[in-house]
Amino acid sequence: MKVPMSWLEDYIDIDVPVEDLAERMTLAGLEVESIEYVGLPQAELPWDPEKIVVGEVRSVRPHPNADRLVLVEVDYGEPDTEVVVTGAPSLLKRAGEDELHLKVAFAMEGARLYDGHGSGREVLTLGKVKIRGVPSRAMVASEKELGISEEQVDIIYLPEDALVGMPLVEYMGDAILEFDIKGPFAHLNSVIGVAREAAALVDVPLRRDVLEELERHGTELSSEPDYLNLEILDPSLCPRYSAALINDVEVRPSPFWMQLRLRRAGVRPINNIVDVTNYVMLELGQPLHAFDYDLLRSRPGDERPAIIVRRAEPGEQMRTLDGQMRVFDDRMLLITDGGGPVAVAGVMGGEESEVSQETTDVLLEAANFDYLNVRRTSRELGLATESAQRFGRQVDPELTVKAAARAAYLMRDLADGEVAHVMDDLFPGREPRRVVRIQPAHIARILGVEVPTDDIVRILTSLEFEVAESDGDPDTLAVTVPSHRRDVTRPADLVEEVGRIWGYDRFPTTRMRDELPPQRENPRLEGAERVRDLLVGCRLDEVITYSLGSIQDEGRLHPGTPRPDADAYLRLRNPLSSAQDTLRQTLLPSLLETVRQNLRFVDRVALFEIGRIYLPVKGSPLPEEPRRLGIVMTGPREEPSWLQHQDPTLMGFFDLKGVVETLLNGLAVEGAFEPAAQAAFHPGRCAQLTVDGDSIGTVGELHPLVRETFQLPDQPVCVSEIDLDGLLAHCGPPREMAPVSAHPPIYEDLAVVVDEEIPAARVRDLIVEAGAPLLRSVALFDVYRGPQVGAGRKSLAHRLTYQAADRTLTDREVAQVREAIVSQLTRELDATLRG
Amino acid sequence: MLDELRQVEEEARSSLRVVQSGENLEIWRRRYLGKNGALTEMLRSVGDLPKDERPAFGRAANEAKRGLEEAFQRRADELERQDTERELRGGSVDVTLPGRPIGPGHLHITTQTLRQIYAIFADMGFQVYEAPEVETDELNFGLLNMPPDHPARDMWDTFWVEEGVVMRTHTSPGQIRAMREYCPEPIRVILPGKCYRYEQVSARSEHQFYQVEGLAVGHDIRMTDLIGTLTEFARRFYGGVGRLRMRGSYFPFTEPSIEADIECILCEGLGCRVCKNSGWLEIAGAGMVHPVVLENGGYDPTEWSGFAFGTGVERPAMLKHGIDDIRLFYGNDLRFLRQF
Ligand SMILES: [Zn+2]
Repeated sequence: MKVPMSWLEDYIDIDVPVEDLAERMTLAGLEVESIEYVGLPQAELPWDPEKIVVGEVRSVRPHPNADRLVLVEVDYGEPDTEVVVTGAPSLLKRAGEDELHLKVAFAMEGARLYDGHGSGREVLTLGKVKIRGVPSRAMVASEKELGISEEQVDIIYLPEDALVGMPLVEYMGDAILEFDIKGPFAHLNSVIGVAREAAALVDVPLRRDVLEELERHGTELSSEPDYLNLEILDPSLCPRYSAALINDVEVRPSPFWMQLRLRRAGVRPINNIVDVTNYVMLELGQPLHAFDYDLLRSRPGDERPAIIVRRAEPGEQMRTLDGQMRVFDDRMLLITDGGGPVAVAGVMGGEESEVSQETTDVLLEAANFDYLNVRRTSRELGLATESAQRFGRQVDPELTVKAAARAAYLMRDLADGEVAHVMDDLFPGREPRRVVRIQPAHIARILGVEVPTDDIVRILTSLEFEVAESDGDPDTLAVTVPSHRRDVTRPADLVEEVGRIWGYDRFPTTRMRDELPPQRENPRLEGAERVRDLLVGCRLDEVITYSLGSIQDEGRLHPGTPRPDADAYLRLRNPLSSAQDTLRQTLLPSLLETVRQNLRFVDRVALFEIGRIYLPVKGSPLPEEPRRLGIVMTGPREEPSWLQHQDPTLMGFFDLKGVVETLLNGLAVEGAFEPAAQAAFHPGRCAQLTVDGDSIGTVGELHPLVRETFQLPDQPVCVSEIDLDGLLAHCGPPREMAPVSAHPPIYEDLAVVVDEEIPAARVRDLIVEAGAPLLRSVALFDVYRGPQVGAGRKSLAHRLTYQAADRTLTDREVAQVREAIVSQLTRELDATLRG
Repeated sequence: MLDELRQVEEEARSSLRVVQSGENLEIWRRRYLGKNGALTEMLRSVGDLPKDERPAFGRAANEAKRGLEEAFQRRADELERQDTERELRGGSVDVTLPGRPIGPGHLHITTQTLRQIYAIFADMGFQVYEAPEVETDELNFGLLNMPPDHPARDMWDTFWVEEGVVMRTHTSPGQIRAMREYCPEPIRVILPGKCYRYEQVSARSEHQFYQVEGLAVGHDIRMTDLIGTLTEFARRFYGGVGRLRMRGSYFPFTEPSIEADIECILCEGLGCRVCKNSGWLEIAGAGMVHPVVLENGGYDPTEWSGFAFGTGVERPAMLKHGIDDIRLFYGNDLRFLRQF
């Protein structure tokens, strides 16, 4: 919302600099986003008060040497007039005229102005020139040259009241405050509303004349005036409807001052009637609508036109002002006349009864509508009009008659109309004034600042609250809420008023003196952070991808099978795009896409993500959101460096498995890997990870077909997706220390030859089992297949370490353990020893 | 005889000084200190002296021998040191060559920023509390003092999953969850997590972003505590140089509501593109928990009070690291992520 200072100053005297006022308003919650200066010293183009003044064109003569130029004699308040050469179109037309009194913006030699004919905003300094042989050292300026508008049209004409010789900056310089009003507060969305706040902040009185036109003119309110039959059929949606009749208006452009104010407030002037409704809406915050009274129809048998406020019949139609045919449902409120709809209540008027150039009698509507209903109608019809937005924020119902009177008398002044002495007013929804009781001690308890009671009273009074002592309770204030503060219903609302006007910048900072709540353990967070640290330690980079994906992407993990069932997913009703309309159930598509994009620039990609997936739950509106850990690794094992130029080894299954094992080890979790078959994975290089019998994830290389659907290069892409919460659930208690033996270990190698199908883990488990307790550790160091062990067999070479905690082992002891291991292997696995 | 001794000693010392190798050193040792060395010879000839001169000469000769032995040892050490150094110099490397790349990988900049935030608030007794990302309309809006059709709902552009279910637009619904779980204990938690807005993606806005919400509920929680907490956070997170200001604002679930600004750290308050020429950067929205929200959480507002605040995660990181496009966060270009 834009508010020119010149307008604000109609209601308050401001003796602080505009920047200070803006700062104080910002701190009090009316954020001033920017200040636009027009002509003032702070402006991009200040108007020199000595050199740019109000001038008066006295005569226009033809240029002796040019058809497209004239010589203009300008009085600018000095004893002598000045002759200026100009090509302004409106002055060309007046060539030869004398005794003129045209007020203009006159700029003298040395004045700095924008180049009216340049494409951008180039500043020129006016100098002495000769134009086609005639000397000229001044000019009459246009809006573009003054920096008021972007287009070069014609010179600017000022109203007759402009004093010749007055510095232009004094006449029409301005600072325009642009507010970002937070919250649904209709009472702040008006010039008077802002002025009221400013008055409270700088502690000056508010001039309320514009709110009191009704009283000043002695206008009467009646529910039965002789020009209208008014009926409200649904008072819950229309608590109040007021109307004024203005006769014999002349529709024409508004005067200069009003056009200037409207434009500075960001509204385009149209004609005096429409402009007045807009002006009063900006000024007081009450949306108004002007009907052409003569186009309103009466009910059969009636003389007077009727206004009936009622809900629409389902399917009822009307063409709105914007030329669109609108169809209504039965929850929408309409303004109708004897013949049918003439406006969508609070949203937009109808085309048929619109004010036009021919209008002579205006029926002015100033009504109050239920804000929720207006919001709904505006949303359903897709009509976010200024009026609907204001009504949607709860407009003060007391405003209707004040605004109608203000607008009516402005129309009288600006359109030469005549205001009917009686205003029509139906107010079925009048509510009693609200009283909120509050104790200064409560304010201190919430704010932490003891605001003296006198100041509390002063602050509230300045915002037009009425403050009295509560009956029989000297510690409590009874605060009567002014009608425009629809938002104030409880003590907390008053605490805020006191706090923000008192000024948060005056608040001290304190540390909480309240009891520290019980501190709880948080294994969920700590576990995830531990996983992150472990994986980063394994040279993986963390990424965070989007939770929103598409079913199509999830389907790419299963090439050749039908798309996943859309009903099994949560999907957005209003997605931004079809690529992000589904809540993911796996991290892999977005991770693989991330890998693809990075492979354009990086050879080695090893990354992980911890993120939620979203699984619908039958019978519950909310899904489960378990966390997944996704890992993808592809490319060379080492980044190329001068130390190992030629290690082209690509990361494969065992690189990934090593990472997962490091992770499990770091979490003190015992996991097992078993061969598995999953559509997205290489059929021979895929393992299911189980912990204590629970399957918690998959580790493997991506199936080449899937690799292709994600446009990944022809190299192993190692992928793992793990149920993070499932994994963390298995994190055991802290590990117990195993004593470090001081006695020497004995090492021995054992090459076990077994059938190809027997998993290495089985061999290892048997060795460990049979070797206990003297077998300290076993490490696989070679796998051999070939003629020496025979077809269908493989040799698994292990290094065994024997050690006792309390003594040095003898060769005999070691031989016994070894014997036990070998016989167990032979018995269970039909193993032989190699070499 | 004594003169002779002095002479031999002098000669030995001066020749030792020019010895440059281990072999020559050994020759020297044999010549002076060996079995048939000059000094040994002289000691042996003590018997030839008159009886009364013997003790004095013997003392002098032994002293000279000890002195030369020490000198020998020093020279031997010195030569060894020189030898080692000469040897090592042959195996020297170009120390300007890059070291072997080790890793580790990189935590996402968002994770790093979250961890800083956790750490600062942990010191003030705030613990992390996590809440769902898919929320009911009631928790995301209704219980936060925004019944259906409440105009304040316009402040959030919302992704709808189905009637009554939304992608949470802020971390605030977690306030209600934390209160309902912990009531009637006092509360001090922060609620981090992903939030979603129905917003076209641009350099300044993303449809997915992180927030950290803070909530303190107790018998004596005051607005000045809130300001103190935010001040402490800003000082520690941003390094405590610029000024801080609190200004009035509006959120439906707090009252009074404020926003905290820090003096723009890029232009030091003079005004620049990032701070839209205001000289200030908003770092948090905050306020005293609205009595309706306290009640919805199970706390009686006549006995309890609380404050809540919400801060972004990406924007503070952007300010701290000069990141100019929010899309970089979830675009996951490793060339970007590996910088942090
Ligand atoms: Zn700045």
